Amino acid sequence: MTYIPISPKERDAMLETVGVKSLDDLFTAIPAKHRFPKLNLPAALSEMEAAARLSDLAASNENAREDLISFLGAGAYNHYVPSVVDHILRRGEFYTAYTPYQPEISQGTLQSIFEYQSLMTHLTGMDVSNASHYDGATAAAEAVNLALAQFRGKRKKLVLSPALHPQYREVIHTYTQGMSVEEVGGEANLEAGPDALTALIDDQTMMVMVQYPDFFGRVYDYKKLIDDAHAKGALVCVVANPTALVMFKSPAEMGADVIVGEAQPFGIPLWYGGPYLGFFTIKKQYVHKMAGRLVGETVDNRGQRSYVLTLTAREQHIKRERATSNICSNQGLLALATAVYMSTLGKTGLQQVANLCYQKAHYAAAELGKLKGFSVEYKQTFFHEFVLRCPKPASEVNEYLLANGILGGYDLAQDYPALKNHLLTAVTEMNSKEEIDALVEALKEM
Amino acid sequence: MNTPANLKYAKSDEWFDPATGAVGITDYAQNQLSDIVFVELLVAEGEDVSAGQAIASVESVKASSEIYAPAAGKVSAVNAALADKPETLNSDPYGEAWMIKIEGSAAANLMDAAAYEKDCAAREH
Repeated sequence: MTYIPISPKERDAMLETVGVKSLDDLFTAIPAKHRFPKLNLPAALSEMEAAARLSDLAASNENAREDLISFLGAGAYNHYVPSVVDHILRRGEFYTAYTPYQPEISQGTLQSIFEYQSLMTHLTGMDVSNASHYDGATAAAEAVNLALAQFRGKRKKLVLSPALHPQYREVIHTYTQGMSVEEVGGEANLEAGPDALTALIDDQTMMVMVQYPDFFGRVYDYKKLIDDAHAKGALVCVVANPTALVMFKSPAEMGADVIVGEAQPFGIPLWYGGPYLGFFTIKKQYVHKMAGRLVGETVDNRGQRSYVLTLTAREQHIKRERATSNICSNQGLLALATAVYMSTLGKTGLQQVANLCYQKAHYAAAELGKLKGFSVEYKQTFFHEFVLRCPKPASEVNEYLLANGILGGYDLAQDYPALKNHLLTAVTEMNSKEEIDALVEALKEM
Repeated sequence: MNTPANLKYAKSDEWFDPATGAVGITDYAQNQLSDIVFVELLVAEGEDVSAGQAIASVESVKASSEIYAPAAGKVSAVNAALADKPETLNSDPYGEAWMIKIEGSAAANLMDAAAYEKDCAAREH
C-alpha cells in the first residue's frame, strides 16, 4: 500500500504544467554521478554485532550518572528521578499521544496536562499555568512576547538583570530580533543585586526580568524592585528554579506578574541538554495575552467532569498575525514527567529534596571556603549553587578536576570576562558527603 | 436580525449612532462570532482615531476579531465596564455593549439599516 496521495494521471498533469516529461527531468541539474554516489561503508553487521559496536561507542562517553562526580549546574541540575516517572511516561496512551484537539478521544492526555497546570500554580502561587513550553529559555522569551502584546508595542524597553542566565538572554535576542525592543540592564553592577535595576525602569519599560535564584545562585527578595516597576506601569517576570520555590518565598508573594522557568529539575534527567520543559505561570488578568495551550476543566452534556483546550481564540491558529506568539504546541510528555515527579514526591518529599540541596551546598561552600586561595564570592543568601573564586582560571581548575573524575562546575569567564577565576558550583541531593569531601580534597592538592 | 433604523452601519459590522457618537458591533456580528468571552479596547479616552483603525479586539469561543472605527474623530468616552462582561456583546449589542464614543465625526460611507441588511443577506449566498 502506498501513501503517496497522487495518481499517475495527476502526476502527469503536474509534470506537463511545469513543462517536463518525466520525474527524472526534474533532477537534470544534479550530475548523474552525484545522484547515487558509491559510499565507502564497512560490511554489514548482524544485529548482535551492531549492538556490541554501539555499546562500545556508548561506553567511551563519560556521564554524570555513573562515571563522574558532578558539581555542574548553571540551569540544568542533577536530581534523582524516581523510576515510576519513566514507567508512566512509557505507557503507550501517553507516549504516542499527540495534540489533544478532540476532547472526546483525548481525556487522558488533557487531564494529565490539567494536573500539571494545577501543580505548577500551586508551586508558584500564580493564578494560571499554560500547558508548558519547550524549555525555560523559551518560556522567558514568551514572557517578553506577552509584554509586547500587553502594551501593543507602545512600550518597547526591556530591563534584563545582568544575573539572568546568559543563554536565556540569547534566546530572548533571537525571539525579539527585528521587533525594535530596547534592551538594557546587561551592564548593570553584579554586586548591587536588584537595586541596580531600579534606576533603569521608566514609563517606556514594558517588562523587568530577574532570576530567582539568580544565575550566580543568589536569592534576593524582589518585592521592592517589583513595586518600583509597577509604579512605572511595567510588568515583572521572574525566572525561577522550581526546587528553590519549594523552600523560599514565592515571587508571587513579592508581586510578580509572570513566573517562568526550567522544570528540568523536576523529574527530567540531564540527558544531553534536552529535551527539557519550560513552565509559564501568570496572574489571571494576563491570560488572554499568554502564549501556548491551556487546558480547562468543564462538564460534558451528561454533567460529567471533563477536560478541554480552552481560550483557544487567543492562539495563533485562530488569531493569526495578531496572536501573542507563534507557539501553538507544548512539551506534553515532559509536562507529564514533571506532574508525576511532583505527585510522587509530594509536598514533604519536595521539601526534603530542597533541604538536602540547601544543606549540602552550604556544607560544600563552608569547606571550600576554608581552602587556601579559594573563597566563596558574594555574601548574599544562596540556595544550592554558589560562586567559588579560585587561585587560577576556572578553565584550568576544571581540567584538573576532570582528570580526577570530577565535573567541577561552570566556568563563568565564558560569559563574564571579569570573572575569570570564578567557578559556578552546584550541589544537589545526588552529591554525597563523600563526593563533596572528594572535591575539597582534590582542590586542596591542586 | 435586529438592525435599528436610527443607526448607521459599516461593512465590517460595526454600528455608529450619529446622535451620540457611540460605536459597537451589530447583532449580525455577535451572532456570527457566537459566545464572546473576551473584549479588549485598544484606544483610550482623548485619543484621535481614523476611520478603519482597530479600536477593539474581540474573542469568542471559536473566533477572534478586530473591531474598526466606523468614523474618524476624538474618542470622548470608552465603556471600561465592558471588559468585565463581554457576554453583553451577545445579549445587548446596541445597548449595554457600546464600546466607545467618537466625537466630531462625519460618518461618511456608512450604510443605513436597509442597505446593511441587504449587504448581510448577500453574504449568506
